[in-house]
Amino acid sequence: MNLDLLPWAVLFLPLLAAAFITLFTQHNRKLSAGLSIGAVVMSFVLSLIFVSVNGWGPARDVFVSWLTIGDPQAASGLYLQVDFGLRLDPLSLLMMLLVTGVASAIHIYSWGYMSEDRGFPRYFACLSLFTFSMLGIVLANNFLELFIFWELVGVSSYLLIGFWFERPAAADAGKKAFITTRLGDFGFLLGILTVWATFGSLKFELIEKALTANPQALGALATTAGLLIFCGAMGKSAQFPLHVWLPDAMEGPTPVSALIHAATMVAAGVYMLCRVFFLLDIPGSHALEVVAWIGGFTALLSAVIAIQQNDIKRILAYSTLSQLGYMVMAVGLHGPAPAMFHLTTHAFFKALLFLGAGSVIVALHHEQDIWKMGGLRRKMPVTFWTFMAGTLALAGLWPFSGFYSKDGILAQAAEHSLPLYLLGTAVAALTTFYMFRLIFVAFLGAQRSDAAGHAHESPPVMAWPLRLLAVFSVIGGLIGVEQLYGKQFPAEHIEQGASFIRELVAPFIHAPGVATFGLLMVFLGFAAAWALYRNATSDPLPEKLGALSRAMRNRFYFDELYEATVIRLHDFLAAVADWFDRWIIAGFAVRGTHGTTELAGRALRLLQTGNLQTYAFLFALGVALVLYLVLK
Amino acid sequence: MNVGLEHYLVVSVLLFCLGLLGVIVRRNLLVIYMSLELMLNAANLALVAFSRFSDTNSLDGQVFVFFIITVAAAEVSVGLALIVALYRRRQTAHVEDLTTLKL
Repeated sequence: MNLDLLPWAVLFLPLLAAAFITLFTQHNRKLSAGLSIGAVVMSFVLSLIFVSVNGWGPARDVFVSWLTIGDPQAASGLYLQVDFGLRLDPLSLLMMLLVTGVASAIHIYSWGYMSEDRGFPRYFACLSLFTFSMLGIVLANNFLELFIFWELVGVSSYLLIGFWFERPAAADAGKKAFITTRLGDFGFLLGILTVWATFGSLKFELIEKALTANPQALGALATTAGLLIFCGAMGKSAQFPLHVWLPDAMEGPTPVSALIHAATMVAAGVYMLCRVFFLLDIPGSHALEVVAWIGGFTALLSAVIAIQQNDIKRILAYSTLSQLGYMVMAVGLHGPAPAMFHLTTHAFFKALLFLGAGSVIVALHHEQDIWKMGGLRRKMPVTFWTFMAGTLALAGLWPFSGFYSKDGILAQAAEHSLPLYLLGTAVAALTTFYMFRLIFVAFLGAQRSDAAGHAHESPPVMAWPLRLLAVFSVIGGLIGVEQLYGKQFPAEHIEQGASFIRELVAPFIHAPGVATFGLLMVFLGFAAAWALYRNATSDPLPEKLGALSRAMRNRFYFDELYEATVIRLHDFLAAVADWFDRWIIAGFAVRGTHGTTELAGRALRLLQTGNLQTYAFLFALGVALVLYLVLK
Repeated sequence: MNVGLEHYLVVSVLLFCLGLLGVIVRRNLLVIYMSLELMLNAANLALVAFSRFSDTNSLDGQVFVFFIITVAAAEVSVGLALIVALYRRRQTAHVEDLTTLKL
């Protein structure tokens, strides 16, 4: 069998499942879910087989020619050749494994979580479509293909966030996610056009070659092109100022949040930045500096907001924003390898945290306020311990996976930019603080509501994905992920640990200051959370911080700000367009033409009297006229 | 007085104009029909006159007149039949009442 067929199968199996469910098995709940889960797990298994047979490298393309416009020899230079292809290199292969792996866990978990829902088959069809779209982004070998899947991810996220569309909040959140990311995509498209205009090709491989041959190929456009492409990532990866959609996306079912926040959607932005890193990292381009600062600012902003959120899913959502900020910052600091490393570990522990949160929410009959939980540790041991593992990984405690990836980013920051390094460590402390606030309030202490008292552990179909993800959250930093990304990006520092023990302590050897200081920050955050929330029955911070706390709880009024500026402006433009359409287009142009024609018709009708003799008279007059003209 | 071609033609034109006037101003279909015949005969008169006064003594004009008379007879039979049918249906033969062509 041809080995290259496997990645195609990996890509298209989820699509097949989605299509089949939509077309044929809408009414069969179990079969639909089974198909969807089967397809994704099969994709995962095929990915594993492919990687184990093929190995991680060397980088190559598998493609079919899709469309060709123009002639390569034409003088006009208008030539476009687009492939539909798969780029197989360590970056995409690892992401392929990650996406199918995490998606498999989430699919299986969904079987339990969504079992009561009416739209069960529709849910699985959308979930499979989502997985397919994300795999497409990961495997795309050219910009156009990437962009198509990019938009498909937008559509599927819209479908899933608005899954409970009968709730207005969910429908609005779906729209918000789609429109906000579309804003960024507009810039992305312009960036793609710039690249095509410069290089005459959309294929990553060819562009990279051209850029290696001539780093100044983009000339003065280098910064602009980089920033335009970054716009796309800004939308999908929810970076400031387009971050507002992500917290609202919590309106979707919790496994969807897990999927969006872990392996798909938000990861797409960071992945794309790494995929086109060669376009950003050009001497003379300032794009990366902007990227780094936007990432850093997003990380800090959302970590601060997370401190005062009370909805368990929203805390996690802002935490995702913050971690994405980290990754984007790392890319901006010339470190795609640490960024991808963090993306990978983050996918494990954030999926775990969201699924854990989902487990809690189901146990409490859809209660999401952490102040109405409490004491869940004894009621839900599996959820608690796996959630704990995820929290420790997110906080970055040694030797959990998050420690290694976060340390990679901080080390990168320490090397390139002191202010961003300090910002990063501050965010690390904040992260630990808000996560342990969540743990102390929701899982420890006394029960604060009847629902919390009646909570019970989730069924095995939900518990096992948690256990599995917990294992990866713990060991994710040590299984050689970073070395693999090192193959893709000749990074500045990759610890090539000779032995397991050496790998375990590698960060302390390479940059002992950074690692120790990072750990110190973790303890600082933990200590603060311990002091404030260990036995708290209500949040002590609002009293202490006053207006600041209120601002945090209201997300620094970004939604209100956009409401007052962007949306107001948009409404105004819409009103103008409406007026123009109503009065100029429909009124003047359409109705005017119609009116003139009708008036002319009415006037001409007067000539037709229906009287025989009028016609005879006119006829005679006509003949006379002709005679006069002829005989004159 | 010597009667020449011009005199015939003047009579023919007068007849034709009378006929045309009748067609345009009279309201009764039968009278309009008679006026039409008058116009045809005006033409006949002109044709015969041309034939009579031509230098070659050609009989073409007179032959043509026979044709016209024949065709006119056929036409009258059809036309009168139409008028009778119309009258039976509408109880009128006045053109002002026959304006269904108008919307």
